[in-house]
Parts: sequence; C-alpha cells; structure tokens
Amino acid sequence: MANATVDRPPFSLDDLAGNPRRHRREQIVRIALQISATLAIVISALIVYSLVREAWTFISQVEWKTLWTKGWFPRRGIYDVKTLVVTTLMVTVISMAVAAPLGLGAAIYLSEYARPGVRKVLKPALEVLAGIPSVVLGFFAFTFISPELVQRFFTGATQSNMLAAGIGVGILLIPLVASISEDALRSVPDSLREASYGMGARKVTTSLKVVLPAAVSGLVAALIIAVSRAIGETMVVFIAGGRSGGALFSTDALEPGLTMTAAMASVASGTDQVKGAGLTFQSLFFVGMLLFLVTMTLNVVADRYVRRVRQKY
Amino acid sequence: MAVTHTIGRGAPVAADAVRARLQGKRADTRGVGFRILIIGALAISLVTLLILLVDVAVTGWPVLSTRLGDFVSGDLRTSPDEAGIFQGLRGTFWIGVFTVGLAFPIGIGAALYLEEYAPRNAFTRFIDINIRNLAGVPSIVFGILGFAIFVKSLALFPDWLGGGLFFGGRTTAAAGVTLAILVLPIVIITSAEAIRAVPDSIREAGFGVGATRWEVIRAHVLPYAAPGILTGTVLSLARALGEAAPLILVGAVTGRLGQQTGFFDVAQLQERFTAMPIVITTWAGRPQQGFEALTAAAIVIMLLVVLLANGTAIVLRNRFEKRR
Repeated sequence: MANATVDRPPFSLDDLAGNPRRHRREQIVRIALQISATLAIVISALIVYSLVREAWTFISQVEWKTLWTKGWFPRRGIYDVKTLVVTTLMVTVISMAVAAPLGLGAAIYLSEYARPGVRKVLKPALEVLAGIPSVVLGFFAFTFISPELVQRFFTGATQSNMLAAGIGVGILLIPLVASISEDALRSVPDSLREASYGMGARKVTTSLKVVLPAAVSGLVAALIIAVSRAIGETMVVFIAGGRSGGALFSTDALEPGLTMTAAMASVASGTDQVKGAGLTFQSLFFVGMLLFLVTMTLNVVADRYVRRVRQKY
Repeated sequence: MAVTHTIGRGAPVAADAVRARLQGKRADTRGVGFRILIIGALAISLVTLLILLVDVAVTGWPVLSTRLGDFVSGDLRTSPDEAGIFQGLRGTFWIGVFTVGLAFPIGIGAALYLEEYAPRNAFTRFIDINIRNLAGVPSIVFGILGFAIFVKSLALFPDWLGGGLFFGGRTTAAAGVTLAILVLPIVIITSAEAIRAVPDSIREAGFGVGATRWEVIRAHVLPYAAPGILTGTVLSLARALGEAAPLILVGAVTGRLGQQTGFFDVAQLQERFTAMPIVITTWAGRPQQGFEALTAAAIVIMLLVVLLANGTAIVLRNRFEKRR
C-alpha cells in the first residue's frame, strides 16, 4: 500500500470537467425548453397586438354617435355596443341560474355524501358531459331545449331564442362549476368535519355551516370562472341564438339575439370575406378586445380566490 | 326539561326518553330534504347528458343506418341526400396532427422548463401568470389571433419566411396552428402538474449517480410523469377537435369545398379547409328537411372520436391514481 505510485493521480482535472458533448447537449436542451416556455409570452403579446391594432383603427375612426343607437348592424355602420353587452349579460345570468345550483349541488354530493364507489362512477360521467363540444350543445339547445322546453312553456317564443341559448351554455358550465367546487370542498380538512360531528351536528349542518363556509373562496372562484366562460362561449349562442347579422336592442329572452361572441362569429361568417360597410371588419376586433378585457379581469380575480384556498389549507 | 319530568314517573320511561334524545329519533327532515336536493342536482345534470346523447343518436339514426358509407366518404353538398362529411373529417384529422405535432412537444417542453429548470424569479412568475391567463382567454379571441397573424400578416411575408408556403390565407395549416396555440396553455398546465407530482427522491437518485439534468428528466422524470402528461394531452386533443369558434374566424369553408385532395395528402395544408364542428354548425342552420338528421349523424361521428379520447384519458388517470 505504502509504495503505491503517487506520481500518477487516478484522475485529472480534465476528467472532472466531464464529457464536453454531454455539456453541449445539456445546454441545447435547456435553451430549447426555455424557448418553449417563453413562447407563452410571445403568444400573449401577439394576441394583444392583433386585437389592439385593428381595434384602435375602429376607435379612432368610428363616429361616436353610432356606438349608442338602437341596435348592432355592423354592415350598415351601426355599432350599438350596449345591445351586445346586455344580451351577453342576459345569457350569462340565465346560464348561471342553471349551472350554479346544479353544479354546486353535484359538488356537495360528490364531496360530502357520495360513498367512494358511487363517486368513482358518477364523477367520470360528469366528466363526459365536460367533454361534449359546444357545437353539440348548440344543436341540442336549438333542436331540443327550444321546442321541448322553452316554446312549450312560453308561447310566442321563436325557435331561436336567448333563453334556450342560455340554458345550453348553463349545461356546458355544470361540470366546470362542479369540478372546481368539488376540489375546493375536498380541500377542507377532515378535522373541521370531525369537530362539527363531535359537537353533535348532523351531516346537513356540517356541510352547510362548516364545510361550505370554509371552502367559500374556492366556490366563489368556481362561479367567477364559470361567468367568464359563459361570456366567452360562442358556438351555443351562435347556433341557438339565431346567427343573424345584426340585432335591435332588446331585453326579451324569448327572441333571437346577438351576444358579443355571436356578433363576432356572424361578422366573420356572414360572407366568405370579412367585408362590409366601412369599419365592419374592425368592429370585430373592437368587440374582441372588450371580450378579452372582461374575461381576463374575471380570470385574474378568480385566480386570487383560488390562491386564497391554497394558502389556507 | 322533558327528562326531569319523566323521572318521577319511573326509571324505565326516563331511560327511554334519554335514549330517544341521544339517538336523535326526531325525523331529520332537513337532512333528507337536502340529500334529495343535491342528488337531484347531479341527477338532472346526468339525465340531461343522457337525453342529449339519446336525442342525437335517434335523430341521426336514419342517416347512419341507411347510408353510413356514403355519408362518411361524401363531400359537402346542398342536397341532404348526397351530402357527406369526408372533407370535415379530413380537416379535423389535420387539426389533430398539428395539435399533436406542435402543442404537445412545445407544451411538454415548456412544462419541463418551468418545473425542472426555471429559477424562482420574477421572469418565471411572469411566464407562469401568462400561461394561466392564456388558459382563460375565450377561444374566439384565439381565432382573432389566427386570423390577424396566420391568415393576414404572414401572407405579406415572402415565401421563404413562411408566407405563402404554409400560411398566408385561410388554409388548413393556419387553422391547425391556431388550434395548437389554443390548447397549448392547457397542455402546459396539465403536464406541469404531472411533473410536479414526481417525487424528488427520484431526481436525487439520478443526480447521485452522476446523471445530468436532462438525463434525469429523460430517463426518470418523464417516464414517471408520462401517464399524467398523457391524460392532459389527450384531453386537450379532444378539446381542439371539438372547437369551432376560432375556425370560423380563420375562415373555414361553410359552403361547398371545391378541391379534392386525399385524406392524408399533405397538399391539403395549403388548401382551404373545413372541419367537423364547422360542418355541424353549418348544417344545424340549414332549414331544409333532412339536414337535422344529417347534423345529428355528423355529431354522432364527432362524439365517437371526442368521447373516445376523453374516455381514454379518464381511464388512464384512474389507473395512474391507483398506482400512487
């Protein structure tokens, strides 16, 4: 042992530096992945750029008095935005009236009441509903909900009406509300439930007075996200709402109408080319920008609520 | 109070009263009512789903049972007896190719960067916020992006920059890229979640034997996270195939689609296009007799594809959860 050669060390500094090819590959992979991640920023920037450029043309050239008249007829140069906004609000309220109670109810059942075996069957079934494309719900709203429900109970309703469209959007939102709410309810620690049972509270009392208040941030987030989705939903309102090129200002849910999204779709699909009087084309971008701002604000607010749940438990 | 009353009348009665109090024999009407209410909420949702599926299947049955072959291989026509969905299927197929080819690798790459490489600084947080915001942007706004960038702006570029070659016009390629961008945030978020769930001990074991970061990722992190990533990607593929709003803006053909290329012909990329959701939207608005059945039949075919994808994802995730 003692006379082992010391003049040649078992490895040199070069050996420690490693294989240069491995290093290079490491660098390349890292840069490629970094570019992938940075693309998200590029996409956001491109969205804002494409919206703002044409929307600015619209804002700077449009005659302001055409923005507050009695209807939305972009091909004739009449751009009453409140027509679209009010119809959008109407559809949103109707859809939330459907989705909020059904989605929350389903979430409470799945999280608090259902036995694991039952939950395992019912939750995927609800997820199937989540996977139904919106064009399908549009068709369903137009050919089933409208004649079988709306026209049956409200005489005088046209086949294209905003009530059927709103119910269709609501059905689309049920699984979304249910899944986010269920996550929020399940993240409430069991110790709270056990404490409640220990006090002699029944299951209803525990669910409504202990678990629900504890999860309230998450439930609010679920509802806000659902509102944001309802405002941005296009195909259901386009197919079931009459897909007209323009609409008079109206608050009647039994008539056809145009939401912001449906108005964009009909400007884009009315003719082969997006053309029309003067600023028709630019109005599409203006409405798009409004839509973008509204939904983004709602999403940011909802995100804050979701975070609050995470911090708490 | 009731208990003290009964004590005077004899011990057995008192015991019964106490037992009744303790066991809460009073009918729990609120509890039962609430249970009925929430089971009802779930039942209504699922029954609606059932009605929808049955309604569509029954309405579409005449077409599916009599001329399925013609229907699947036929072109878009104005006559309901001849119209078919071949061109819609072809468009949807190519959109799927773009989603798999663009959104999947870029999305998983971005997720890997954010979870494995990114330093915790303001820039990383900015990317993260950006991605989460993008996931909430309405799909029709992505259509505006596709229209302004891939249809309009890139058409101005000379051929060698991509204009005219793939984009620059209302082509299949423009539609494919637009939908790939639409689902990219979803791919990133779901993949990042799957990667985050990989225990650190696995990474540390890899580093301990001298592997580089990429070697650890490729040999250990990715295989471990694969089922989770796959679930997310399959779900986003289903989303891309069912999406119609952005395609309307990018300029999907709603009337007749003249040219005829084969199903797998790459030349299709530079041609105008249509897709299954667009075919359904168009047909649903046709007032003529016969188009309702045709629309329903097209929906049945599209749902088969989309629900199969969703079902696969759900099964995968359940097996994945069991393994933990």
